Amino acid sequence: MCDQTFLVNVFGSCDKCFKQRALRPVFKKSQQLSYCSTCTEIMATEGLHENETLASLKSEAESLKGKLEEERAKLHDVELHQVAERVEALGQFVMKTRRTLKGHGNKVLCMDWCKDKRRIVSSSQDGKVIVWDSFTTNKEHAVTMPCTWVMACAYAPSGCAIACGGLDNKCSVYPLTFDKNENMAAKKKSVAMHTNYLSACSFTNSDMQILTASGDGTCALWDVESGQLLQSFHGHGADVLCLDLAPSETGNTFVSGGCDKKAMVWDMRSGQCVQAFETHESDINSVRYYPSGDAFASGSDDATCRLYDLRADREVAIYSKESIIFGASSVDFSLSGRLLFAGYNDYTINVWDVLKGSRVSILFGHENRVSTLRVSPDGTAFCSGSWDHTLRVWA
Amino acid sequence: IEDIITKMQDDKTGGVPIRTVKSFLSKIPSVVTGTDIVQWLMKNLSIEDPVEAIHLGSLIAAQGYIFPISDHVLTMKDDGTFYRFQAPYFWPSNCWEPENTDYAIYLCKRTMQNKARLELADYEAENLARLQRAFARKWEFIFMQAEAQVKIDRKKDKTERKILDSQERAFWDVHRPVPGCVNTTEMDIRKCRRLKNPQKVKKSVYGVTEESQAQSPVHVLSQPIRKTTKEDIRKQITFLNAQIDRHCLKMSKVAESLIAYTEQYVEYDPLITPAEPSNPWISDDVALWDIEMSKEPSQQRVKRWGFSFDEILKDQVGRDQFLRFLESEFSSENLRFWLAVQDLKKQPLQDVAKRVEEIWQEFLAPGAPSAINLDSHSYEITSQNVKDGGRYTFEDAQEHIYKLMKSDSYARFLRSNAYQDLLLAKKKVWLL
Repeated sequence: MCDQTFLVNVFGSCDKCFKQRALRPVFKKSQQLSYCSTCTEIMATEGLHENETLASLKSEAESLKGKLEEERAKLHDVELHQVAERVEALGQFVMKTRRTLKGHGNKVLCMDWCKDKRRIVSSSQDGKVIVWDSFTTNKEHAVTMPCTWVMACAYAPSGCAIACGGLDNKCSVYPLTFDKNENMAAKKKSVAMHTNYLSACSFTNSDMQILTASGDGTCALWDVESGQLLQSFHGHGADVLCLDLAPSETGNTFVSGGCDKKAMVWDMRSGQCVQAFETHESDINSVRYYPSGDAFASGSDDATCRLYDLRADREVAIYSKESIIFGASSVDFSLSGRLLFAGYNDYTINVWDVLKGSRVSILFGHENRVSTLRVSPDGTAFCSGSWDHTLRVWA
Repeated sequence: IEDIITKMQDDKTGGVPIRTVKSFLSKIPSVVTGTDIVQWLMKNLSIEDPVEAIHLGSLIAAQGYIFPISDHVLTMKDDGTFYRFQAPYFWPSNCWEPENTDYAIYLCKRTMQNKARLELADYEAENLARLQRAFARKWEFIFMQAEAQVKIDRKKDKTERKILDSQERAFWDVHRPVPGCVNTTEMDIRKCRRLKNPQKVKKSVYGVTEESQAQSPVHVLSQPIRKTTKEDIRKQITFLNAQIDRHCLKMSKVAESLIAYTEQYVEYDPLITPAEPSNPWISDDVALWDIEMSKEPSQQRVKRWGFSFDEILKDQVGRDQFLRFLESEFSSENLRFWLAVQDLKKQPLQDVAKRVEEIWQEFLAPGAPSAINLDSHSYEITSQNVKDGGRYTFEDAQEHIYKLMKSDSYARFLRSNAYQDLLLAKKKVWLL
C-alpha cells in the first residue's frame, strides 16, 4: 500500500469566468475568492502588469520619442529657407491702417470676419460683442454678455448669426436680426458647456455645428440646434488656447494649441489626435492653417512663430528675431501663404516671409497689446484688435 | 516675457555706460542717456531701424525696468535725456500687487519732504485726496508709517537716497500710472493662474503688516492640473508607435510643395499682387467685390478652377459651370450626390436621419432615380451605415465619388470647350 495524498478539489463556478472548473482559493485585497486555474494564472501576470511602474512606462515612452525623432531627422535633408533662396524676394511693403474701429470700452480680445468680406464681429473684456460693417465703420449690432472677458467670438458662414463666450464657460449663439425692435439677447442660445473658460470657438462650414476650445484642456464639437455634444477631444495637458479648422472642402480635421506647449491635430469624426508637435518653449496662443491645408503656423509666448508641415510631421521654419522679446498673440496667413502676419504683446505687428523666414515689415499703430488678428476671407486686408480698445483694418 | 527682459537687464548693466553727471549745482548719480541705450540695443540685438530700438526701449521702460529721472511718463527717447535702471527689488517679475495703503504711505511721505522737486503732480494730489477720504479711519496709522519711512530715509547717504527716491517713484509710476498711460501691470486673465505667486500673498512695499487684507477681485480660477496616469502614458505609447509607422515626406519635397503652392497663388493674393481694378480698402471703391458677385467670372477666376478639384468645388460659380457640363453629359448624379452629402453634414442633428433616408432613396437604393456607380465593397459598407443613419453614413461613398470625379469628369471638364472658352474669355451664348 503506498501513501497517497489526495488534493481535495472543490468544483464549482469560477468567480471570474463563471465556468465550471476545479477551483482554488485566491486572495485579492484581503477578500477570498475562488478562481479556476486559468484565471489564477491570468491574475498572476496581471499583477506583474500592475507592478509595471509609472517610471518604466515613462521610460518606454521616452525611448519611443527618441526613435521617432531619429526617423524624422532622416528625412530632414534640407531647410525650407534654403530651398526658398531661388524664390524671388518680395518688394517693399507699404501697409497702412485703412480703417480704425472705435467703440469698445475696454480691451478687444477677439474678432472674426464675415464671409461677405466686410463685416466683422469683435468682443471685449467688458462683455460687449459688436458687429461692424468695417468698410463704413458703422456698428450694426451690439450685445452685452452677462460675463466679462469675452475671449472668443465667431461669425457663422451664412452671416446670420454669431457665437461668443468667455469666462461664463459657455458658447452662446445669437441670431442676427435687422429688426430694430427685437432684443438680440432675447434670442440667445446656449450651445456649449465647459468646466472652465472658453478660449476659442469656430463654426464648421455650417451654421449648425460649432467647435470650441476651453481652459479645461478639452475641445468639443456641438450641434447648435440641440446643444448636444457631438464629439469631445481629450489630450492636451493644460488649457487649450486656440484652434483652427482645416480649409479643405472634404476635410474633417482641425488643429489646436495650448498652454502645454503642444499643437495637436485632431480627426473630428473619431475624436482622436492624429499628430502632435511640441517644439515651442511656452504657451501657444494662436494656430492657423496654411491655405493649402498641408501645414500650419503657431504663435507663442516664447516670442517665436513656427511653421509645421503635416506631411513631414515636423517643424519646418521658425520666425524669430533677437529684438522680439514679447510673445506673439495671434497669427494669420495671406491668401497665397507667402506672408504671415503676427500680432505681438509689444503692440506691433510683424509681417514675415513664410518661405524665406525673414521679416518683411513691422507695423506700428496700436497703443497696447495686439490680441487678435485675422486676414479677410478674400485676402484684401487684415484686421487687428488690441487692448487699446480699437480695431484696425490694414491693407 | 519677464524672464527675457530680466536677462537683458543683466547684460545691460555690463554694457551701457552709467555715469555720474555734473549739472549745475549738484551731481546726478548713476544715469544713462537715451541715445546710449538705443545704441546698445541696436548693436546687441541686431536691430537695423532705430525706430524699432526706440519702441523696444519704451516698452522696457513702460514695464518698469528703466525710467527717465525727470518725468512720470515712462517712455524712452533717443536723445540726451537721462535714465536710470530700476532696482531688482522693484522688478515686475517679483509679482508686485501693491495695496492702496502702501500707495497712501508713499504719497504721504512725499508731502513730508520739503524739496521743491519732490512736490506731488496734479494727478498724485488728486489720488492722495481720494485715499485720505477712503482711509479716513486708518489715516493716523498711515501717517505714522510715513513718518517712520522718512526717518529711515534721512539716515541714508545723500546720493543713495536720490537714487532710491527716483526708483521708488518709478515703481509707483508703473503700478499707479499717470492717467492716459498704458497700465503694463494688466494681465491676460488666462495666464493669471500660473504666476510665480499663485497664492497672491500681499507683500507690502514698506513691510507693513495689515490685519485687514482685502481679497483680490481677480476671477478665481482654481483648476487642479491633471497628473499623468499610467493610462495616459499607455495612450501616448500607442500614439507614438502609430507615428513611427506613419509614412512621411522628405523636407525637400515638402519645401518644393509649399513653394509651388505659394507661387501658383501669388497672383491671387491682393496683399502681394495689387488687385484689379483696385483693393477696396485702399481706394474706397467696391468695384472688385461687385465683379466677384456677378455671374460672369473673370479669366483669372476661371484659371483658378484648374488648379485643383477643390478650387472648383469651393467656388459657387465654378460648381454651377461644372454641374452644367455634367448635365450635358448626363452624368450629373455624381456631383449632386457629393453636394447632397456635404449638405447632410451641415444639418442639425434632428434632421440627419431624414436626410440620410432621402439621399439613399435618390442615389443608392435599387431603382434610384439618380443612381450613382459605386463598387460593391463601398455599397456594402454604405448600406450597413444607413441602418445607423449618422452624419458620416456616406463618408466612404463620398470619398469614392470624389476620387472618381477628380480623375474622370473634372479632367474632361478642363479639356472641354465650355471651360476653354471661358478661359480664353470668348463670349458664348448660353442655351438655357
